[in-house]
Amino acid sequence: MTRNVKLRIWRGDSTDGGLQDVQVEANTGEVVLDVIHRVQATQMGDLAVRWNCKAGKCGSCSMEINGKPRLACMTQVASFGDEEVITVTPLRAFPVIKDLVTDVSFNYKKAMEIPAYEHPQNLGPGEARMEQIDVERSQEFRNCIECFLCQDVCHVVRDHEENKKSFAGPRFFIRIAELDMHPLDTLKNRKRTAQEEHGLGMCNITKCCTEICPQHIRITDNGIIPMKERVVDTKYDPVRWLGSKIRKREGIV
Amino acid sequence: MSGVFSPTRAKIDKRTLRTDKWWLQPALTFGVLISFVIYATFRAFENANYFAEPLISPFYSPCLSGACEPGTVLAIFGQPFNNQYFGIGISPALFILIFPLGFRMTCYYYRKSYYRAFWMSPPACAVAEPHKKYTGETRAPLILQNSHRWFFYAGLVFNIILTWDTILAFRNAEKEWGHMSVGTLVFIFSTTMLWLYSLSCHTCRHTLGGRLKHFSKHPVRYKAWSLVSALNHRHPTFAWISLFGVAGADIYVRAVATGAITNFYFF
Repeated sequence: MTRNVKLRIWRGDSTDGGLQDVQVEANTGEVVLDVIHRVQATQMGDLAVRWNCKAGKCGSCSMEINGKPRLACMTQVASFGDEEVITVTPLRAFPVIKDLVTDVSFNYKKAMEIPAYEHPQNLGPGEARMEQIDVERSQEFRNCIECFLCQDVCHVVRDHEENKKSFAGPRFFIRIAELDMHPLDTLKNRKRTAQEEHGLGMCNITKCCTEICPQHIRITDNGIIPMKERVVDTKYDPVRWLGSKIRKREGIV
Repeated sequence: MSGVFSPTRAKIDKRTLRTDKWWLQPALTFGVLISFVIYATFRAFENANYFAEPLISPFYSPCLSGACEPGTVLAIFGQPFNNQYFGIGISPALFILIFPLGFRMTCYYYRKSYYRAFWMSPPACAVAEPHKKYTGETRAPLILQNSHRWFFYAGLVFNIILTWDTILAFRNAEKEWGHMSVGTLVFIFSTTMLWLYSLSCHTCRHTLGGRLKHFSKHPVRYKAWSLVSALNHRHPTFAWISLFGVAGADIYVRAVATGAITNFYFF
């Protein structure tokens, strides 16, 4: 069974562009990426769209559908009304390259600024042992597919371009949290640098990152807020600070 | 031009292209919170109708000033404050409300709510905020949000006091034990919700075990952390219900104290 879908697709580049109306058939069970491909095949041969797995696992087809950051391959056409116009635009937090494709290199630069896992020096290859309950918190964050929808929706950079230099964004806060919670990571000062270099304090926990995460990672509750609390341990809690000086306590490094 | 209207971004002249009722949730939040603030402010300054033996309004407990009505003072605290300073009469509520108010103001969930509803930062997800600059919680006064744990500890003390008030509600107006009224049920509900709100708090979760790197070395704290984590999922729900609960308890006490209703005793 097919239906006719009204699409409004943003076309253009960094110099200019606008929304163009188009109608296309959609079959039962199809997702927005399917109908975009049909438009590309039948009406707009030069429409630029980034995609890869079509299974919600590669994070390539991130775009904004009716104003919400979403994966086009995981958005059912049937979730829109018969007469509803589906507006598709590129991610609005990043520079546009062409049509639905944006330059997300900001995220890769931020990724490089996060210090990697540091293995204990006294453990050789194959000697590391960890218990499941010690790693399960970090494992949630490993579900991230790096679609950067959380980075796109975060108002700290979406609405304030100037903050990009000092703010890593929710994807990288859970990366920092993953490493800080890692039972064997030995790098000191992750909490302090999260606050002072990666802009954790700029997050006002309005939870949009969590709301739009296609992997349903509880970015704010399980990543950002625990990191904020850990920062308080190191920077804003004199009792904890004093305790760490008198008696070395787990977690305050 | 900044934000979504920056030169390098897709040229779209609207703040948002969302088609759903994104404004509804912040509007409701604004309405409910502003109503509570207005009511709580009125009650805090009213300095009357906060006690109807054996019920004391949670807005006035513990009652610490010389202006407190007889029967409202807890012996453990006494009356350390005067009923007026510099010739100005001060309501007993004003000496204590900073603590529960501070707990809710710095709460991670309420921060989300009022940043969206009051400060529109952002009003909703993918809806451009109206502010030209943004520094988050890195500078005064918002850096004080990091004091949440101190208000959490104070909140626990208040919960204990309000639990004692609830126990006292098992007395009748003649201070005889073994009675139960509608007021008792109102207090049980309000205090239970306050405990659930406090125990589901992110700071509580962190304090009990969240700061650990090795759960396997701390099985008891891991268990506590797991329990609080389960409650933490419902933190927003407890935040709202406990707000309504405490306001409801105060409204009930006021209604009884003014004689608008009678506190019906089951036994």
